[in-house]
Amino acid sequence: MAEATIDNTAVADGDEGGVRRRDFIEIAAVSFGGVGALATLYPLISQMAPSKDVLAESSTEVDISAIQPGQAVKAVFRKQPLFVRRLTEKEIAAANAVDVGSLRDPKTLAEMTKEGHEDMLITMGVCTHLGCVPLGAGEGEVKGEFGGYFCPCHGSHYDTAARIRKGPAPTNLEVPEYEYTSDTTVKVG
Amino acid sequence: MSFPWANHYQPTNPLMKWMDEKLPLPRFVYNAIGAGYPVPRNLNYWWNFGVLAGFCLMIQIVTGIILAMHYAPNALVAFDSTEHIMRDVNWGWMMRYAHANGASAFFVVVYTHIFRGFLFSSYKAPREMIWLLGVVIFLLMMATAFMGYVLPWGQMSFWGAKVITGLFGAIPLVGEPLQVWLLGGFAPDNAALNRFFSLHFLLPFVILGVVILHIWALHIPGSSNPTGVEVKQESDTVPFHPYYTAKDGFGLAAFLVIYTAFVFFMPNALGHPDNYIPANPLSTPAHIVPEWYFWPFYAILRAFTFDFFFVPAKLLGVLAMFAAILVWFFLPWLDTSPVRSARYRPLLRKFIWFGFVPCMAALFYLGGAPAEEPYVMFSQLAAAYYFAHFLIILPIVSMIEKTKPLPNSITDAVLAKNGEAAAE
Repeated sequence: MAEATIDNTAVADGDEGGVRRRDFIEIAAVSFGGVGALATLYPLISQMAPSKDVLAESSTEVDISAIQPGQAVKAVFRKQPLFVRRLTEKEIAAANAVDVGSLRDPKTLAEMTKEGHEDMLITMGVCTHLGCVPLGAGEGEVKGEFGGYFCPCHGSHYDTAARIRKGPAPTNLEVPEYEYTSDTTVKVG
Repeated sequence: MSFPWANHYQPTNPLMKWMDEKLPLPRFVYNAIGAGYPVPRNLNYWWNFGVLAGFCLMIQIVTGIILAMHYAPNALVAFDSTEHIMRDVNWGWMMRYAHANGASAFFVVVYTHIFRGFLFSSYKAPREMIWLLGVVIFLLMMATAFMGYVLPWGQMSFWGAKVITGLFGAIPLVGEPLQVWLLGGFAPDNAALNRFFSLHFLLPFVILGVVILHIWALHIPGSSNPTGVEVKQESDTVPFHPYYTAKDGFGLAAFLVIYTAFVFFMPNALGHPDNYIPANPLSTPAHIVPEWYFWPFYAILRAFTFDFFFVPAKLLGVLAMFAAILVWFFLPWLDTSPVRSARYRPLLRKFIWFGFVPCMAALFYLGGAPAEEPYVMFSQLAAAYYFAHFLIILPIVSMIEKTKPLPNSITDAVLAKNGEAAAE
């Protein structure tokens, strides 16, 4: 009986072909534990991503009927300011007069707006440099050297099509996804 | 203690050598839970529960910090923010269930760990300090668990806070002002909720600190073992790593199977449905009991229904409840037997398995039962037996008991056992 036990141990622990049974058990156990630990990390990390109630707040309706040419309103989209501005004839002409190829972020006014609503400039009120709110949407605020928006934090100047013209900001003000649900209502997001 | 034959940390990699000179943290880990810590070779599965308790503390701290990122400790929104965690936060339900069931798991593990101490007299010299620190950890755990249960601000939270702070109201003269001070008001409200949140966040780190002291104190004499015979020679020990990391790893896997079964398949089995009703200061739930892990002590609290001399029943119950845990502090001196392990103490062993264990089982059951007859009478009997075990049975048994002969060494005990097995 005792001999049989010893034989079993020899087979169990034996190193046929240089690989011991124990090596396999070790690798299998550590791999299994490692995969489990990594799988556990996923919920621990993703819990910090926006929760369902935050994502549910992701669209805003804006009534644009009362906005006069030259006037802008600030709405809120995803807890951030949204600039809705009706351009004057002069501002549209100024925007279209620019050589698009010379711009840092080349876009035409038509590309910044929707067809049939070229006078409605809808952008995020968030400077693309470091996220301050540019001036120019409120009554009497500085509009910068190009008559659009001016960010007071680090001096970025945007033109009347919200394109970056001077200063450190890398891109034009962001145009969020939006659509006209009627002639006077815009649904953003 | 480091036995003379302990493996020495010898880094070969230049980076580890550099690290060892500047901050020998890897050396510390190696000597604490690595190959540099010699451990008795005969530890059985009772010895898994220390590591498991440490693991539970980690679960609670990690999930707790995450829950605190989403929870709002304000009486107006606390309940809603808990539901927000359950419904809106990514994996929030899992974090909360892991935390709530983690508390239960922690208590299961710690009760087993403490019972191991009773069974093998782990509290005896030279390990008294480990035991005393352990009792401190248990008290801190109870305080932390209680305050955590208040945070969801459901019905059981609110009334738990009211009843438990009411215990302090039983103290003569200062009781009522003390209760008002603890709550920051006349009933639990925003002030109480905020301070409970603050302390519930703080105390786990205090527990972690005492756990480090507990392990430090353990490493001075080294781990005890099922024979209760101290380590005498190198053949009595094996290095902690890989022998006990592997054994603890297996125990951890078994623990996780049960724990995750609760988290994922019956997360509310140990909770109370009433706590999903927002706190209402004007209506007490019909059947109010604490969480299961407080039941034995709650049973002792409710056992005192009569005034004794000039001491009112309310005060007696509170004193008895606290004394039920404080008596553990005196165990190293109440038990005077020179032999540790109950394996060689036949009489104590019988009293533990056939006296103390049924008594604790009864207290667990009675603490969750309604406060009516016959439960109250049984609570009184069980509470009386509980104190008799520690204050009468244990001291007398340890004096009169005829113990079995101890093996010469751990090695002898192991070889004798294997010899028996081979003979069979």
